[in-house]
Amino acid sequence: MRRVARLLLFLSLVVSPGLISAQTGSSQPASQAQIAALQQAVQSAQTSGDNAWMLVSAALVLLMTGPGLALFYGGLVRRKNILGTMMQSFAMMCQVTILWPIIGYSLAFSHGNSFIGGFGHVFLRNVSLAADPQNFYVQTIPEQTYMVYQLMFAIITPALITGAFAERMKFSAMALFLSLWSLLVYCPMAHMVWGVGGLLNSNGGRIPSLDFAGGTVVHITSGVSALVTALYLGKRMGYPHTKMAPHSLVLSFIGACLLWVGWFGFNAGSALGAGSLATSAFINTHFATATAALGWTIFEWLHNGKPTALGAISGAVAGLVAITPASGFVQPFSALAIGLVAGFACSFMVFKVKSLFGYDDSLDAFGVHGAGGTVGALLTGLFATQIINPAFGKGAPTGAMDGHWSQIANQATGVAIAWGISIVGTLVLLFLVDKVIGLRLSAEDENEGLDLSQHGEEGYDFNT
Amino acid sequence: MVKIEAILQPSKLDAVKDALLEAGIEGMTILEARGHGRQKGHTEFYRGREYTVDLLPKVKIEMVVPDALQEKAVQAIIGAARTGRIGDGKIFVSAVLDAIRIRNDERGETAL
Repeated sequence: MRRVARLLLFLSLVVSPGLISAQTGSSQPASQAQIAALQQAVQSAQTSGDNAWMLVSAALVLLMTGPGLALFYGGLVRRKNILGTMMQSFAMMCQVTILWPIIGYSLAFSHGNSFIGGFGHVFLRNVSLAADPQNFYVQTIPEQTYMVYQLMFAIITPALITGAFAERMKFSAMALFLSLWSLLVYCPMAHMVWGVGGLLNSNGGRIPSLDFAGGTVVHITSGVSALVTALYLGKRMGYPHTKMAPHSLVLSFIGACLLWVGWFGFNAGSALGAGSLATSAFINTHFATATAALGWTIFEWLHNGKPTALGAISGAVAGLVAITPASGFVQPFSALAIGLVAGFACSFMVFKVKSLFGYDDSLDAFGVHGAGGTVGALLTGLFATQIINPAFGKGAPTGAMDGHWSQIANQATGVAIAWGISIVGTLVLLFLVDKVIGLRLSAEDENEGLDLSQHGEEGYDFNT
Repeated sequence: MVKIEAILQPSKLDAVKDALLEAGIEGMTILEARGHGRQKGHTEFYRGREYTVDLLPKVKIEMVVPDALQEKAVQAIIGAARTGRIGDGKIFVSAVLDAIRIRNDERGETAL
Protein backbone atom coordinates (compact mmCIF):
# COMPACT_ATOMS: atom_id res chain seq x y z
CA MET A 1 0.00 0.00 0.00
CA ARG A 2 2.81 2.41 0.95
CA ARG A 3 4.64 1.61 -2.27
CA VAL A 4 1.57 2.44 -4.31
CA ALA A 5 1.07 5.68 -2.39
CA ARG A 6 4.71 6.65 -2.86
CA LEU A 7 4.51 5.80 -6.53
CA LEU A 8 1.39 7.88 -6.96
CA LEU A 9 2.94 10.80 -5.08
CA PHE A 10 6.06 10.67 -7.22
CA LEU A 11 4.07 10.46 -10.42
CA SER A 12 1.76 13.30 -9.43
CA LEU A 13 4.80 15.48 -8.75
CA VAL A 14 6.11 14.54 -12.18
CA VAL A 15 2.79 14.99 -13.89
CA SER A 16 1.60 18.19 -12.17
CA PRO A 17 3.95 20.59 -14.00
CA GLY A 18 2.68 18.98 -17.17
CA LEU A 19 -0.93 19.42 -16.03
CA ILE A 20 -0.32 23.06 -15.15
CA SER A 21 1.15 23.78 -18.55
CA ALA A 22 -1.75 21.82 -20.07
CA GLN A 23 -4.16 24.33 -18.59
CA THR A 24 -2.33 27.04 -20.46
CA GLY A 25 -2.82 24.87 -23.56
CA SER A 26 0.83 24.53 -24.41
CA SER A 27 1.54 20.74 -23.92
CA GLN A 28 -1.82 18.86 -23.96
CA PRO A 29 -0.62 15.74 -25.81
CA ALA A 30 2.21 15.33 -23.25
CA SER A 31 -0.18 15.18 -20.26
CA GLN A 32 -2.38 12.61 -22.04
CA ALA A 33 0.68 10.44 -22.35
CA GLN A 34 1.57 11.07 -18.75
CA ILE A 35 -1.93 10.08 -17.59
CA ALA A 36 -1.65 6.91 -19.63
CA ALA A 37 1.70 6.24 -18.01
CA LEU A 38 0.12 6.84 -14.60
CA GLN A 39 -2.66 4.37 -15.35
CA GLN A 40 -0.08 1.84 -16.46
CA ALA A 41 1.87 2.34 -13.24
CA VAL A 42 -1.21 1.93 -11.08
CA GLN A 43 -2.20 -1.24 -12.92
CA SER A 44 1.33 -2.51 -12.54
CA ALA A 45 1.24 -1.83 -8.80
CA GLN A 46 -2.08 -3.62 -8.44
CA THR A 47 -0.83 -6.58 -10.43
CA SER A 48 2.29 -6.87 -8.33
CA GLY A 49 0.22 -6.96 -5.11
CA ASP A 50 -2.25 -9.48 -6.46
CA ASN A 51 0.37 -11.61 -8.19
CA ALA A 52 2.54 -11.70 -5.08
CA TRP A 53 -0.33 -13.04 -3.01
CA MET A 54 -1.34 -15.51 -5.74
CA LEU A 55 2.15 -16.96 -6.06
CA VAL A 56 2.39 -17.32 -2.28
CA SER A 57 -1.06 -18.94 -2.29
CA ALA A 58 0.03 -21.40 -4.97
CA ALA A 59 3.02 -22.32 -2.84
CA LEU A 60 0.79 -22.72 0.23
CA VAL A 61 -1.56 -25.05 -1.64
CA LEU A 62 1.36 -27.20 -2.75
CA LEU A 63 2.53 -27.27 0.85
CA MET A 64 -0.85 -28.77 1.72
CA THR A 65 0.00 -31.82 -0.38
CA GLY A 66 3.66 -32.01 0.38
CA PRO A 67 4.26 -32.46 3.21
CA GLY A 68 0.86 -31.58 4.73
CA LEU A 69 -1.26 -34.43 3.38
CA ALA A 70 1.71 -36.78 3.12
CA LEU A 71 2.34 -36.43 6.86
CA PHE A 72 -1.32 -36.40 7.84
CA TYR A 73 -2.05 -39.63 6.00
CA GLY A 74 1.38 -41.07 6.67
CA GLY A 75 0.97 -40.88 10.41
CA LEU A 76 -2.42 -42.56 10.25
CA VAL A 77 -1.24 -45.78 8.59
CA ARG A 78 0.76 -48.61 10.09
CA ARG A 79 4.51 -48.21 10.20
CA LYS A 80 5.16 -50.65 7.36
CA ASN A 81 3.18 -48.41 4.99
CA ILE A 82 4.52 -44.94 5.86
CA LEU A 83 6.74 -44.40 2.82
CA GLY A 84 4.27 -45.91 0.39
CA THR A 85 1.57 -43.59 1.68
CA MET A 86 3.77 -40.51 1.41
CA MET A 87 4.89 -41.57 -2.06
CA GLN A 88 1.31 -41.53 -3.25
CA SER A 89 0.98 -37.83 -2.46
CA PHE A 90 4.43 -37.11 -3.82
CA ALA A 91 3.64 -38.97 -7.03
CA MET A 92 0.68 -36.67 -7.58
CA MET A 93 2.94 -33.66 -7.14
CA CYS A 94 5.03 -34.98 -10.00
CA GLN A 95 2.65 -36.60 -12.43
CA VAL A 96 -0.20 -34.08 -12.34
CA THR A 97 2.38 -31.34 -12.86
CA ILE A 98 3.30 -32.99 -16.15
CA LEU A 99 -0.24 -33.67 -17.33
CA TRP A 100 -1.55 -30.19 -16.46
CA PRO A 101 0.36 -28.01 -18.93
CA ILE A 102 0.09 -30.64 -21.65
CA ILE A 103 -3.67 -31.19 -21.56
CA GLY A 104 -5.21 -30.82 -18.09
CA TYR A 105 -5.33 -27.05 -17.91
CA SER A 106 -6.88 -26.90 -21.35
CA LEU A 107 -9.57 -29.47 -20.56
CA ALA A 108 -10.50 -27.55 -17.42
CA PHE A 109 -10.14 -23.94 -18.38
CA SER A 110 -10.17 -23.38 -22.13
CA HIS A 111 -13.33 -22.62 -24.08
CA GLY A 112 -15.34 -25.73 -24.88
CA ASN A 113 -18.90 -26.59 -23.97
CA SER A 114 -20.86 -26.65 -20.71
CA PHE A 115 -19.19 -29.83 -19.52
CA ILE A 116 -15.59 -29.80 -20.66
CA GLY A 117 -13.05 -27.40 -22.07
CA GLY A 118 -11.37 -27.72 -25.43
CA PHE A 119 -7.86 -27.90 -26.76
CA GLY A 120 -7.27 -24.16 -26.93
CA HIS A 121 -4.65 -24.21 -24.21
CA VAL A 122 -2.85 -27.49 -24.86
CA PHE A 123 0.88 -27.10 -24.21
CA LEU A 124 -0.07 -23.76 -22.62
CA ARG A 125 -0.96 -22.22 -25.97
CA ASN A 126 -2.29 -18.69 -25.49
CA VAL A 127 -1.71 -18.80 -21.76
CA SER A 128 -0.23 -15.38 -21.34
CA LEU A 129 2.21 -13.86 -18.89
CA ALA A 130 0.13 -10.68 -18.96
CA ALA A 131 -3.07 -9.89 -17.13
CA ASP A 132 -6.28 -9.51 -19.13
CA PRO A 133 -8.85 -7.10 -17.67
CA GLN A 134 -11.49 -8.61 -19.97
CA ASN A 135 -11.09 -12.06 -18.41
CA PHE A 136 -12.91 -12.42 -15.07
CA TYR A 137 -10.27 -14.72 -13.60
CA VAL A 138 -7.12 -12.90 -14.64
CA GLN A 139 -8.03 -9.22 -14.48
CA THR A 140 -4.90 -8.31 -12.56
CA ILE A 141 -2.77 -11.45 -12.60
CA PRO A 142 -0.97 -13.20 -15.44
CA GLU A 143 -2.91 -16.18 -16.76
CA GLN A 144 0.18 -18.30 -16.15
CA THR A 145 -0.14 -17.49 -12.45
CA TYR A 146 -3.75 -18.69 -12.59
CA MET A 147 -2.61 -21.82 -14.42
CA VAL A 148 0.02 -22.73 -11.86
CA TYR A 149 -2.31 -21.89 -8.96
CA GLN A 150 -4.99 -24.19 -10.36
CA LEU A 151 -2.34 -26.85 -10.89
CA MET A 152 -1.85 -27.09 -7.13
CA PHE A 153 -5.56 -27.84 -6.75
CA ALA A 154 -5.35 -30.47 -9.45
CA ILE A 155 -2.48 -32.04 -7.53
CA ILE A 156 -4.13 -32.29 -4.13
CA THR A 157 -7.50 -33.57 -5.32
CA PRO A 158 -6.37 -37.04 -6.46
CA ALA A 159 -3.94 -37.15 -3.53
CA LEU A 160 -6.93 -36.94 -1.16
CA ILE A 161 -8.42 -40.09 -2.66
CA THR A 162 -5.38 -42.13 -1.62
CA GLY A 163 -6.75 -42.08 1.91
CA ALA A 164 -9.54 -44.46 1.01
CA PHE A 165 -7.39 -47.20 -0.47
CA ALA A 166 -4.51 -46.81 1.95
CA GLU A 167 -2.33 -49.83 2.61
CA ARG A 168 -3.71 -51.96 -0.22
CA MET A 169 -3.20 -50.53 -3.73
CA LYS A 170 -0.30 -51.16 -6.10
CA PHE A 171 1.86 -48.14 -6.78
CA SER A 172 1.68 -48.61 -10.56
CA ALA A 173 -2.09 -48.99 -10.50
CA MET A 174 -2.47 -45.94 -8.27
CA ALA A 175 -0.34 -43.83 -10.60
CA LEU A 176 -2.30 -44.87 -13.67
CA PHE A 177 -5.74 -44.69 -12.06
CA LEU A 178 -5.22 -41.24 -10.56
CA SER A 179 -3.70 -39.81 -13.76
CA LEU A 180 -6.78 -40.87 -15.70
CA TRP A 181 -9.03 -39.70 -12.87
CA SER A 182 -7.62 -36.18 -12.87
CA LEU A 183 -8.22 -35.83 -16.60
CA LEU A 184 -11.61 -37.52 -16.79
CA VAL A 185 -13.28 -36.57 -13.49
CA TYR A 186 -11.42 -33.57 -12.06
CA CYS A 187 -11.05 -31.56 -15.28
CA PRO A 188 -14.72 -31.77 -16.31
CA MET A 189 -15.89 -30.83 -12.79
CA ALA A 190 -13.43 -27.93 -12.63
CA HIS A 191 -14.65 -26.78 -16.02
CA MET A 192 -18.31 -26.98 -15.06
CA VAL A 193 -17.83 -24.90 -11.93
CA TRP A 194 -14.99 -22.52 -12.87
CA GLY A 195 -14.50 -22.75 -16.63
CA VAL A 196 -15.92 -20.09 -18.93
CA GLY A 197 -19.26 -21.42 -20.15
CA GLY A 198 -19.36 -24.11 -17.50
CA LEU A 199 -22.78 -25.48 -16.58
CA LEU A 200 -22.43 -24.61 -12.89
CA ASN A 201 -20.37 -21.46 -13.21
CA SER A 202 -21.71 -18.75 -10.89
CA ASN A 203 -20.75 -16.25 -13.59
CA GLY A 204 -23.20 -17.06 -16.37
CA GLY A 205 -23.68 -20.82 -16.04
CA ARG A 206 -27.10 -22.33 -16.68
CA ILE A 207 -27.26 -23.54 -13.08
CA PRO A 208 -25.18 -20.95 -11.23
CA SER A 209 -23.62 -22.66 -8.26
CA LEU A 210 -21.46 -21.04 -5.58
CA ASP A 211 -18.20 -22.84 -4.98
CA PHE A 212 -15.52 -20.41 -3.99
CA ALA A 213 -12.49 -22.65 -3.68
CA GLY A 214 -13.61 -26.14 -4.61
CA GLY A 215 -15.99 -27.76 -2.13
CA THR A 216 -17.61 -29.64 -5.00
CA VAL A 217 -14.70 -29.67 -7.45
CA VAL A 218 -12.11 -30.90 -4.99
CA HIS A 219 -13.70 -32.35 -1.88
CA ILE A 220 -16.92 -33.97 -3.05
CA THR A 221 -15.25 -35.48 -6.10
CA SER A 222 -12.31 -36.83 -4.13
CA GLY A 223 -14.42 -37.90 -1.17
CA VAL A 224 -17.08 -39.73 -3.16
CA SER A 225 -14.49 -41.27 -5.49
CA ALA A 226 -12.71 -42.39 -2.36
CA LEU A 227 -15.83 -44.19 -1.15
CA VAL A 228 -16.33 -45.87 -4.52
CA THR A 229 -12.71 -47.01 -4.53
CA ALA A 230 -12.91 -48.33 -0.98
CA LEU A 231 -16.01 -50.34 -1.87
CA TYR A 232 -14.55 -51.64 -5.14
CA LEU A 233 -11.22 -52.68 -3.65
CA GLY A 234 -12.70 -54.21 -0.54
CA LYS A 235 -11.41 -54.08 3.00
CA ARG A 236 -7.86 -54.45 4.17
CA MET A 237 -6.90 -57.95 5.26
CA GLY A 238 -7.86 -58.38 8.87
CA TYR A 239 -10.23 -55.41 8.97
CA PRO A 240 -12.02 -54.74 11.33
CA HIS A 241 -10.81 -57.24 13.92
CA THR A 242 -7.09 -56.46 13.71
CA LYS A 243 -5.83 -53.33 15.33
CA MET A 244 -4.83 -50.92 12.57
CA ALA A 245 -4.19 -47.86 14.62
CA PRO A 246 -2.12 -44.86 13.49
CA HIS A 247 1.57 -45.51 13.99
CA SER A 248 2.45 -41.86 14.57
CA LEU A 249 -0.17 -39.30 15.47
CA VAL A 250 2.73 -36.89 15.91
CA LEU A 251 3.24 -36.89 12.12
CA SER A 252 -0.50 -36.57 11.56
CA PHE A 253 -0.63 -33.62 13.94
CA ILE A 254 2.14 -31.83 12.07
CA GLY A 255 0.43 -32.62 8.77
CA ALA A 256 -2.90 -31.28 9.98
CA CYS A 257 -1.36 -28.00 11.09
CA LEU A 258 0.37 -27.64 7.73
CA LEU A 259 -2.99 -28.26 6.08
CA TRP A 260 -4.59 -25.53 8.22
CA VAL A 261 -1.97 -22.94 7.31
CA GLY A 262 -1.78 -24.03 3.68
CA TRP A 263 -5.53 -23.77 3.35
CA PHE A 264 -5.25 -20.00 3.60
CA GLY A 265 -3.73 -20.23 0.14
CA PHE A 266 -6.44 -22.63 -0.98
CA ASN A 267 -9.36 -20.41 0.11
CA ALA A 268 -8.06 -16.86 0.38
CA GLY A 269 -6.07 -17.35 -2.82
CA SER A 270 -9.29 -18.21 -4.60
CA ALA A 271 -10.12 -14.52 -4.36
CA LEU A 272 -7.59 -14.25 -7.19
CA GLY A 273 -6.32 -11.02 -5.71
CA ALA A 274 -5.05 -9.45 -2.53
CA GLY A 275 -8.09 -7.34 -1.75
CA SER A 276 -10.74 -7.51 0.96
CA LEU A 277 -12.40 -10.61 -0.48
CA ALA A 278 -9.19 -12.47 0.26
CA THR A 279 -9.41 -11.13 3.81
CA SER A 280 -12.96 -12.45 4.18
CA ALA A 281 -11.97 -15.87 2.85
CA PHE A 282 -8.92 -15.94 5.14
CA ILE A 283 -10.98 -15.14 8.22
CA ASN A 284 -13.75 -17.59 7.33
CA THR A 285 -11.24 -20.36 6.76
CA HIS A 286 -9.66 -19.84 10.14
CA PHE A 287 -12.89 -19.46 12.08
CA ALA A 288 -14.63 -22.50 10.65
CA THR A 289 -11.63 -24.70 11.42
CA ALA A 290 -11.65 -23.77 15.06
CA THR A 291 -15.34 -24.50 15.65
CA ALA A 292 -15.20 -27.71 13.64
CA ALA A 293 -12.36 -29.01 15.79
CA LEU A 294 -14.46 -28.10 18.80
CA GLY A 295 -17.57 -29.80 17.37
CA TRP A 296 -15.79 -33.07 16.69
CA THR A 297 -14.09 -32.94 20.08
CA ILE A 298 -17.38 -32.40 21.92
CA PHE A 299 -19.04 -35.24 19.99
CA GLU A 300 -16.17 -37.53 20.83
CA TRP A 301 -15.97 -36.48 24.46
CA LEU A 302 -19.63 -37.37 24.86
CA HIS A 303 -19.34 -40.55 22.79
CA ASN A 304 -16.09 -42.03 24.15
CA GLY A 305 -15.51 -40.14 27.36
CA LYS A 306 -12.23 -38.57 26.26
CA PRO A 307 -11.30 -35.88 23.71
CA THR A 308 -8.62 -37.32 21.45
CA ALA A 309 -5.91 -35.48 19.57
CA LEU A 310 -6.86 -37.38 16.43
CA GLY A 311 -10.44 -36.21 16.87
CA ALA A 312 -9.41 -32.60 17.24
CA ILE A 313 -7.25 -32.57 14.12
CA SER A 314 -9.82 -34.54 12.13
CA GLY A 315 -12.44 -32.03 13.15
CA ALA A 316 -10.18 -29.21 12.03
CA VAL A 317 -9.76 -30.77 8.59
CA ALA A 318 -13.52 -31.31 8.34
CA GLY A 319 -14.04 -27.62 9.04
CA LEU A 320 -11.49 -26.64 6.43
CA VAL A 321 -13.30 -28.81 3.91
CA ALA A 322 -16.74 -27.47 4.72
CA ILE A 323 -15.75 -23.81 4.61
CA THR A 324 -14.00 -24.24 1.24
CA PRO A 325 -17.03 -23.60 -0.98
CA ALA A 326 -18.34 -20.90 1.37
CA SER A 327 -15.13 -19.05 2.20
CA GLY A 328 -15.59 -16.10 -0.14
CA PHE A 329 -19.35 -15.77 0.27
CA VAL A 330 -20.20 -15.75 3.96
CA GLN A 331 -19.73 -13.60 7.03
CA PRO A 332 -17.38 -14.55 9.85
CA PHE A 333 -20.06 -15.73 12.26
CA SER A 334 -21.62 -17.84 9.53
CA ALA A 335 -18.21 -19.45 9.17
CA LEU A 336 -18.21 -20.30 12.88
CA ALA A 337 -21.60 -21.95 12.40
CA ILE A 338 -20.56 -23.85 9.27
CA GLY A 339 -17.52 -25.19 11.07
CA LEU A 340 -19.50 -26.36 14.08
CA VAL A 341 -22.05 -28.18 11.90
CA ALA A 342 -19.25 -29.83 9.90
CA GLY A 343 -17.50 -30.95 13.05
CA PHE A 344 -20.59 -32.73 14.30
CA ALA A 345 -21.70 -34.04 10.90
CA CYS A 346 -18.35 -35.51 9.92
CA SER A 347 -17.66 -37.09 13.29
CA PHE A 348 -21.12 -38.64 13.12
CA MET A 349 -20.34 -39.97 9.62
CA VAL A 350 -17.07 -41.47 10.76
CA PHE A 351 -18.20 -42.88 14.08
CA LYS A 352 -21.70 -44.09 13.30
CA VAL A 353 -22.41 -44.33 9.61
CA LYS A 354 -19.11 -45.94 8.67
CA SER A 355 -19.44 -48.75 11.20
CA LEU A 356 -23.09 -49.16 10.21
CA PHE A 357 -22.20 -49.89 6.61
CA GLY A 358 -18.91 -51.55 7.40
CA TYR A 359 -16.82 -50.17 4.52
CA ASP A 360 -13.08 -49.69 4.96
CA ASP A 361 -12.46 -46.05 4.06
CA SER A 362 -9.11 -46.38 5.77
CA LEU A 363 -8.33 -42.73 6.41
CA ASP A 364 -11.89 -41.38 6.26
CA ALA A 365 -11.48 -39.58 2.96
CA PHE A 366 -15.22 -39.91 2.39
CA GLY A 367 -16.24 -39.17 5.95
CA VAL A 368 -14.28 -35.93 6.01
CA HIS A 369 -14.05 -34.74 2.40
CA GLY A 370 -17.13 -36.27 0.83
CA ALA A 371 -19.44 -35.52 3.74
CA GLY A 372 -17.77 -32.24 4.70
CA GLY A 373 -17.82 -31.01 1.13
CA THR A 374 -21.52 -31.88 0.75
CA VAL A 375 -22.48 -30.17 4.01
CA GLY A 376 -20.36 -27.14 3.15
CA ALA A 377 -21.72 -26.79 -0.37
CA LEU A 378 -25.31 -26.84 0.87
CA LEU A 379 -24.62 -24.44 3.76
CA THR A 380 -22.99 -22.09 1.24
CA GLY A 381 -26.39 -21.67 -0.38
CA LEU A 382 -27.82 -20.85 3.02
CA PHE A 383 -25.23 -18.40 4.32
CA ALA A 384 -23.95 -16.70 1.16
CA THR A 385 -24.58 -12.98 1.15
CA GLN A 386 -23.98 -10.10 -1.21
CA ILE A 387 -22.58 -8.14 1.72
CA ILE A 388 -19.42 -10.22 1.37
CA ASN A 389 -19.63 -11.11 -2.31
CA PRO A 390 -22.21 -9.84 -4.83
CA ALA A 391 -21.52 -12.87 -6.98
CA PHE A 392 -24.62 -12.45 -9.11
CA GLY A 393 -24.17 -8.75 -9.73
CA LYS A 394 -24.43 -5.56 -7.73
CA GLY A 395 -27.70 -5.46 -5.82
CA ALA A 396 -28.63 -9.05 -6.66
CA PRO A 397 -29.11 -11.46 -3.74
CA THR A 398 -26.49 -14.17 -3.43
CA GLY A 399 -27.74 -16.79 -0.99
CA ALA A 400 -30.63 -17.56 1.33
CA MET A 401 -29.39 -14.95 3.80
CA ASP A 402 -30.32 -12.36 1.18
CA GLY A 403 -33.65 -14.06 0.58
CA HIS A 404 -32.44 -16.06 -2.40
CA TRP A 405 -33.55 -19.45 -1.07
CA SER A 406 -33.55 -21.11 -4.48
CA GLN A 407 -29.77 -20.93 -4.41
CA ILE A 408 -29.80 -23.90 -2.08
CA ALA A 409 -31.47 -25.92 -4.85
CA ASN A 410 -28.72 -24.86 -7.25
CA GLN A 411 -26.13 -25.90 -4.71
CA ALA A 412 -27.86 -29.27 -4.38
CA THR A 413 -27.71 -29.69 -8.15
CA GLY A 414 -23.99 -28.96 -8.15
CA VAL A 415 -23.54 -31.46 -5.33
CA ALA A 416 -25.54 -34.10 -7.20
CA ILE A 417 -23.50 -33.59 -10.38
CA ALA A 418 -20.29 -33.90 -8.39
CA TRP A 419 -21.52 -37.13 -6.81
CA GLY A 420 -22.69 -38.46 -10.16
CA ILE A 421 -19.56 -37.77 -12.15
CA SER A 422 -17.42 -39.13 -9.35
CA ILE A 423 -19.32 -42.38 -9.01
CA VAL A 424 -19.56 -43.09 -12.73
CA GLY A 425 -16.10 -41.87 -13.68
CA THR A 426 -14.37 -43.64 -10.83
CA LEU A 427 -16.13 -46.96 -11.39
CA VAL A 428 -15.27 -46.96 -15.08
CA LEU A 429 -11.62 -46.13 -14.45
CA LEU A 430 -11.24 -48.63 -11.61
CA PHE A 431 -12.66 -51.36 -13.78
CA LEU A 432 -10.39 -50.41 -16.67
CA VAL A 433 -7.18 -50.20 -14.65
CA ASP A 434 -8.03 -53.36 -12.77
CA LYS A 435 -8.41 -55.27 -16.04
CA VAL A 436 -5.21 -53.86 -17.50
CA ILE A 437 -2.75 -54.08 -14.61
CA GLY A 438 -4.69 -55.06 -11.50
CA LEU A 439 -5.34 -52.69 -8.64
CA ARG A 440 -4.83 -54.50 -5.38
CA LEU A 441 -1.68 -55.76 -3.71
CA SER A 442 -1.25 -59.49 -3.39
CA ALA A 443 -1.86 -60.88 0.07
CA GLU A 444 1.88 -61.30 0.74
CA ASP A 445 2.63 -57.74 -0.37
CA GLU A 446 -0.16 -56.33 1.72
CA ASN A 447 1.15 -58.27 4.69
CA GLU A 448 4.72 -57.14 4.10
CA GLY A 449 3.63 -53.54 3.66
CA LEU A 450 3.88 -50.97 0.88
CA ASP A 451 7.34 -49.76 1.82
CA LEU A 452 9.09 -53.05 1.24
CA SER A 453 6.85 -54.56 -1.42
CA GLN A 454 6.40 -51.49 -3.63
CA HIS A 455 9.50 -49.46 -2.94
CA GLY A 456 12.11 -51.80 -1.49
CA GLU A 457 12.64 -49.46 1.43
CA GLU A 458 11.81 -49.06 5.06
CA GLY A 459 10.49 -45.81 6.41
CA TYR A 460 12.31 -46.07 9.72
CA ASP A 461 15.43 -47.93 10.73
CA PHE A 462 16.21 -47.17 14.34
CA ASN A 463 18.85 -49.89 14.48
CA THR A 464 21.44 -48.12 12.35
CA MET B 1 26.07 -69.32 38.85
CA VAL B 2 22.44 -68.38 38.37
CA LYS B 3 20.62 -66.27 35.85
CA ILE B 4 18.11 -63.87 37.33
CA GLU B 5 15.46 -62.47 34.99
CA ALA B 6 13.16 -59.81 36.35
CA ILE B 7 10.20 -58.37 34.48
CA LEU B 8 9.30 -54.98 35.87
CA GLN B 9 7.25 -51.87 35.42
CA PRO B 10 9.29 -49.42 33.29
CA SER B 11 8.95 -46.75 35.97
CA LYS B 12 10.80 -48.97 38.47
CA LEU B 13 13.90 -49.49 36.32
CA ASP B 14 16.03 -46.76 37.86
CA ALA B 15 15.22 -47.75 41.45
CA VAL B 16 15.98 -51.42 40.77
CA LYS B 17 19.23 -50.63 38.97
CA ASP B 18 20.41 -48.49 41.88
CA ALA B 19 19.44 -51.17 44.41
CA LEU B 20 21.37 -53.83 42.50
CA LEU B 21 24.46 -51.65 42.30
CA GLU B 22 24.29 -51.12 46.04
CA ALA B 23 24.06 -54.88 46.51
CA GLY B 24 27.29 -55.32 44.60
CA ILE B 25 25.92 -56.47 41.26
CA GLU B 26 27.37 -54.56 38.35
CA GLY B 27 26.75 -56.57 35.20
CA MET B 28 23.24 -56.59 33.77
CA THR B 29 21.33 -56.39 30.50
CA ILE B 30 18.18 -54.33 30.10
CA LEU B 31 15.57 -55.15 27.47
CA GLU B 32 12.39 -53.34 26.51
CA ALA B 33 9.53 -55.78 26.40
CA ARG B 34 5.77 -55.98 26.22
CA GLY B 35 3.58 -58.35 28.12
CA HIS B 36 1.11 -58.95 30.88
CA GLY B 37 0.28 -61.37 33.63
CA ARG B 38 -2.97 -60.83 35.42
CA GLN B 39 -2.87 -57.09 34.79
CA LYS B 40 -5.63 -55.87 32.50
CA GLY B 41 -4.78 -53.60 29.59
CA HIS B 42 -6.27 -50.29 28.59
CA THR B 43 -8.57 -49.03 25.85
CA GLU B 44 -7.54 -46.67 23.10
CA PHE B 45 -9.79 -44.75 20.73
CA TYR B 46 -8.98 -43.91 17.11
CA ARG B 47 -11.69 -42.17 15.09
CA GLY B 48 -14.45 -43.91 16.97
CA ARG B 49 -12.92 -47.38 16.89
CA GLU B 50 -12.15 -48.87 20.27
CA TYR B 51 -9.04 -51.02 20.69
CA THR B 52 -8.11 -53.01 23.76
CA VAL B 53 -4.39 -52.95 24.26
CA ASP B 54 -3.37 -55.82 26.50
CA LEU B 55 0.31 -55.97 25.70
CA LEU B 56 1.73 -53.45 28.10
CA PRO B 57 5.22 -51.92 28.07
CA LYS B 58 7.58 -53.71 30.45
CA VAL B 59 11.27 -53.74 31.23
CA LYS B 60 13.26 -56.96 31.59
CA ILE B 61 16.55 -57.09 33.51
CA GLU B 62 18.82 -60.06 33.02
CA MET B 63 21.89 -60.77 35.09
CA VAL B 64 24.11 -63.74 35.88
CA VAL B 65 25.41 -63.74 39.43
CA PRO B 66 27.46 -66.08 41.69
CA ASP B 67 25.29 -68.39 43.82
CA ALA B 68 26.29 -66.47 46.92
CA LEU B 69 24.72 -63.28 45.66
CA GLN B 70 21.48 -64.83 44.42
CA GLU B 71 19.26 -64.06 47.42
CA LYS B 72 20.80 -60.61 47.92
CA ALA B 73 20.02 -59.73 44.29
CA VAL B 74 16.45 -61.03 44.52
CA GLN B 75 15.79 -59.06 47.71
CA ALA B 76 17.28 -55.91 46.19
CA ILE B 77 14.92 -56.17 43.23
CA ILE B 78 11.88 -56.87 45.36
CA GLY B 79 12.69 -54.04 47.73
CA ALA B 80 12.94 -51.51 44.94
CA ALA B 81 10.12 -52.75 42.68
CA ARG B 82 7.31 -53.78 45.00
CA THR B 83 4.24 -51.53 45.21
CA GLY B 84 1.79 -54.15 46.38
CA ARG B 85 -0.46 -53.79 43.31
CA ILE B 86 -1.07 -56.18 40.42
CA GLY B 87 1.53 -55.52 37.72
CA ASP B 88 4.61 -55.39 39.97
CA GLY B 89 6.20 -58.15 37.88
CA LYS B 90 8.05 -61.43 38.36
CA ILE B 91 11.55 -62.79 38.96
CA PHE B 92 12.82 -66.04 37.49
CA VAL B 93 15.97 -67.81 38.58
CA SER B 94 17.67 -70.48 36.49
CA ALA B 95 20.97 -72.37 36.55
CA VAL B 96 23.79 -71.27 34.22
CA LEU B 97 26.26 -73.79 32.78
CA ASP B 98 29.18 -71.45 32.10
CA ALA B 99 30.25 -67.84 31.68
CA ILE B 100 33.16 -66.67 29.50
CA ARG B 101 34.76 -63.24 29.30
CA ILE B 102 35.36 -62.50 25.64
CA ARG B 103 38.30 -60.18 26.26
CA ASN B 104 40.60 -62.69 27.98
CA ASP B 105 39.01 -66.18 28.02
CA GLU B 106 38.28 -66.14 31.75
CA ARG B 107 35.68 -68.72 32.72
CA GLY B 108 33.34 -69.46 35.59
CA GLU B 109 32.47 -67.10 38.42
CA THR B 110 35.58 -64.99 37.84
CA ALA B 111 34.12 -64.07 34.44
CA LEU B 112 31.06 -62.50 36.04
